[in-house]
Amino acid sequence: MKQGIFTITDNVPLTAAVYKMRLNGDTSAIAAPGQFVNIRLDGFYLRRPLSVCDWEKDSLTLIYKVVGGGTERMSRMTAGEQLDVLTGLGNGYDLSLSGNRPLLLGGGVGVPPLYALAKALIKQGKQVHAVLGFNTAQEVFGVGEFRALGAQVTVTTADGSSGVKGFVTDALPANYTYVYTCGPEPMLKAVYKRTVTGGQYSFEERMGCGFGACMGCSCKTITGFKRICKDGPVLQKEEILWDE
Amino acid sequence: MGRMNVSLCGLPLDNPVIPASGTFGYGYEFAELYDINCLGTFSFKGTTREPRFGNPTPRIAECTAGMINAVGLQNPGVDRVIAEELPRLKQCFHKKVMANVSGFSVADYAYTCEKLDKEEQVGWLEVNVSCPNVHGGGMSFGTDPRAAAEVTKAVKAVTKKPVIVKLSPNVTDIAAIAKACEDAGADGISLINTLLGMRIDLKTKKPVIANGMGGFSGPAVFPVALRMVYQVHKAVRIPVVGMGGVSSARDVIEMMLAGATAVEIGAANLVNPFICRDIIAQLPETMDQYHIQTLEEIIGGA
Repeated sequence: MKQGIFTITDNVPLTAAVYKMRLNGDTSAIAAPGQFVNIRLDGFYLRRPLSVCDWEKDSLTLIYKVVGGGTERMSRMTAGEQLDVLTGLGNGYDLSLSGNRPLLLGGGVGVPPLYALAKALIKQGKQVHAVLGFNTAQEVFGVGEFRALGAQVTVTTADGSSGVKGFVTDALPANYTYVYTCGPEPMLKAVYKRTVTGGQYSFEERMGCGFGACMGCSCKTITGFKRICKDGPVLQKEEILWDE
Repeated sequence: MGRMNVSLCGLPLDNPVIPASGTFGYGYEFAELYDINCLGTFSFKGTTREPRFGNPTPRIAECTAGMINAVGLQNPGVDRVIAEELPRLKQCFHKKVMANVSGFSVADYAYTCEKLDKEEQVGWLEVNVSCPNVHGGGMSFGTDPRAAAEVTKAVKAVTKKPVIVKLSPNVTDIAAIAKACEDAGADGISLINTLLGMRIDLKTKKPVIANGMGGFSGPAVFPVALRMVYQVHKAVRIPVVGMGGVSSARDVIEMMLAGATAVEIGAANLVNPFICRDIIAQLPETMDQYHIQTLEEIIGGA
């Protein structure tokens, strides 16, 4: 983990509620796709945890949805403004288990962290198939970017206005070696039931600190109590215990 | 003696800054960021007789100038704290640490304290009779002078280490409870634990916290905490450890003027993990600004 001051270079809407923010700053603490950053905003006491969509040396891309006052404030920020950011948080995805045909399943704002993962897997020569799920055609984003990486992409929408009608689990391919997924918990549960290989599941929880100190985001797993922020957000399929 | 040295229940502190229990884990997360040996000491995660998962999530809610938590004393239990956490803590922290203890019965408190009494690295026992997030224990001991005194007596009987009783602000007469603890043999009082609070999510129209309510802390509670530290300091002769919303070197000085011998910092660690280090670095300059020679001399000066 590192604390740094980042400068916004770009902050543009991708859909009515989803924004893409690019920032410049020290990204050296970011070690794996699926990690997150924790952003301090003027006027808000707690930081805002956001998954990393992509990063390069000295630049960071975040894709976030406006869901409350904090993200609403972020959406109004412009190039040149600065943010206090904790980077390199969480475990991130482990690429070594992917096999040759990894399947990436993303729902809504669960899609962005899969982008850097797809990029890294394709760089290793893997054949990546991404199934990206949204509510409606108006909410779809990122498809062109995944295709530009060389991933095979299937889009699903709950109302059928774009791609396959239904959820990501309604468009599972026949052959895949492993699953990487991020999205709302009902989607993760469906993926858990409907996919046949091992996988890594990225979870969301309300956090206090984001770096393992406060125990605000704990969950129970087969292998004991884990902190979503520090021991997660990515859990192995075998260790997940769903809430009753 | 340096300008920032104070003595807490007979044990020296290089400075009065102490990260509060539940906001600092067992120190390791922070030791990755800076050398935590700059701290006066720190109070480790509240420890109970048995391991506890704590409350369901969400456990955290944001507030204006603060936060609510309902963690519910998640901890691995005293045996694993002694076997696993303390040896690991020793690698990164070389001073005496403050052991924070909670329980669900008088016997629980005594059992846990007796075990921790044998640990050389433990300097003080901070006995939490004020956790608002557990049923049938915690705060129920801290809202009744007789129950608080009973816990204090039971703990004093099993340890030679200084016993600091951590009090709840959710009472009508904080001074009476502090006095009862002093009369029962407490070596110090720390306060305030969190104020019982809640938030409701307008989208779901239900409480944000799964448990309904939780403990409110952060800068918003500072004036309440300061007032209670002031009242307790006037009521007892034993040292008082002040906490509640402290976020700056000025806040530390203000707490000490109100009567605190040492000052704990809680929620602020979660927002700025470097806050305690930064406050310690800032203190000499702030002392100069207000013509304060040593911190020891300002305790209770207000």
